[in-house]
Amino acid sequence: MEAVAASRPRGRRLTNVFERPGVFASVLISPAVIFVLLLVGGPLLIAIGLSFTNATSGELHGKWVGLENFRNEWGNPTFQQAVWHTFLFTVISQAVVLVVAGLLAHALTKNFPGKWLLRFLILLPWAAPIALSLMVWKWMFDTSYSIFNWTLVHLHLYKPLEVPQYLAQPKLAMASVITVHAWRIIPFAVVIFLAGLASIPKEVDDAAAIDGATGFRKFWSVTLPLQLPIATVALLFGIVFTATDMAIVYILTQGGPPPSFSTEMVTTWSYKTGIEAGSLGPGAAISLFLLPVLAVVSIAMLLFARRAEVS
Amino acid sequence: MKEKGLSYLIVGPFAIILAFPFYVMVITAFKNRTELYDPSITPYWFGKQSPTWDNASYLFHETQYPRWLANTAIVGVCVVAVTLVLAVPAGYALARLAGRVGQSLGVGIFLTYLVPPTLLFIPLFWVINQVHLQNSIWSLVLVYPSFTVPFATWLLMGFFKTIPAELEDAARVDGASRLTTLTRVVFPISVPGILTVVIFSFSLVVNEFVYAFTFISPSDHKMVSTGVYTDLIRGDLPEWGAIMVAALIPSIPLALLYNTFLDRFIAGFTGGAFR
Repeated sequence: MEAVAASRPRGRRLTNVFERPGVFASVLISPAVIFVLLLVGGPLLIAIGLSFTNATSGELHGKWVGLENFRNEWGNPTFQQAVWHTFLFTVISQAVVLVVAGLLAHALTKNFPGKWLLRFLILLPWAAPIALSLMVWKWMFDTSYSIFNWTLVHLHLYKPLEVPQYLAQPKLAMASVITVHAWRIIPFAVVIFLAGLASIPKEVDDAAAIDGATGFRKFWSVTLPLQLPIATVALLFGIVFTATDMAIVYILTQGGPPPSFSTEMVTTWSYKTGIEAGSLGPGAAISLFLLPVLAVVSIAMLLFARRAEVS
Repeated sequence: MKEKGLSYLIVGPFAIILAFPFYVMVITAFKNRTELYDPSITPYWFGKQSPTWDNASYLFHETQYPRWLANTAIVGVCVVAVTLVLAVPAGYALARLAGRVGQSLGVGIFLTYLVPPTLLFIPLFWVINQVHLQNSIWSLVLVYPSFTVPFATWLLMGFFKTIPAELEDAARVDGASRLTTLTRVVFPISVPGILTVVIFSFSLVVNEFVYAFTFISPSDHKMVSTGVYTDLIRGDLPEWGAIMVAALIPSIPLALLYNTFLDRFIAGFTGGAFR
């Protein structure tokens, strides 16, 4: 009897603590936060640690070499080329993506028959697993059986033996990976744009109509400025997805074609060094050069989130 | 009417261009092998001996493809389960945490989603080797939540914000504890949002390439995204027809689900912020 009486308040106190909003929220959030810190923050620290060593996949605990890995890569022409290629790859593909996605999203806000099907077709490149849809691109870029070349030959634009080799000619290879990447990211950017357009209040449209703004004029002075914030978000995502992509370039060209390796990116070079050659230390150092890109984008996102919060 | 016409004029051509590779995929998948390499037969359509199931039958009987599908399904289900256990409570709490702390924590978790596999694959390869999980699909079950959890937490936060707090207050006034309110009131009406998260997390798993490619070498432990490329393409003579069947099978259902749940996805994505 006494024991029961003594234990009850304590039990209730425990529940009461749980009922406090702050405590309840912390209990709910902590597992996710700890997990993410362990699996994202942890590896990030390990990457930094590894980059100062000469660890290999055979000798996981390498010797401390200081900044040597960074200095070596900084002076390595392959790495310098990779940085330049990554820059080109990102800037060109994102420029194409922004223009096309902006146009498409704007057209898709209207309702018209068959919209579901058209939207489905547009979203396909983003919805399909990229490593698998790349297979058809490899087939379409095939040296002997390319559907593009078959068409060019049948239109008498090229002679059968002089057709372009999309993945084997240095400049064409770069153009090809940029095209495929833009193809892949456009649907994603359309989705982000649609999300942004959906958040523009209907009243703005009506007000513009009352003021007599139509067509291009309305697009230029009403829709475009309102779309600018969401275009920024789409661009920031696009930069991260492009600069850090490995699947598209690796599967299509493996950084090739040799000997110029015109599509070698920071990511493929890091993979070749760290995993294929097994030099974990230098490989980690190379991939860490992506960190500044990520930092800039993150800061921009944070500033953006703050502005969105204020307004 | 004029505006509609303009929409078709813009959307139509781009839809055709963006979907064209999938058209080629379908034609190639069901085309007879000899017709595929015959330049006198148009690559835009079938010849006399097509369409055929030969490529599909080859894929399922002569390659490890069924094994890769099974591996992908196992990893997908496990990762989605882990993701929900971690992200549903976190998303809910973040949605209800008013003010600076909630906002900052939400954006913070979201930013971790931006840390790409290409930055983490070398240290994680190191970790996986330390714990002797290399060449096992369980390495992926361990690692994949690192991007599905931030993604799902953000989406769920958006969904939970759309649920009026008054609903919970009403339950609390009736004497329900916070936990009961959560399980009896909030979760049931969140089913559509949670389903959206399940679909998009699963699709992230099927899409992932870098980790699966780095951690796993033996053929029978591969995922569908790596097996098709490493085993079917890199061989001497790629069976293009079979490869296209392999690409179509996961792509089409995922794309259909994607399109169906897209509006919900947008609602969740923007519900979190950017309002």
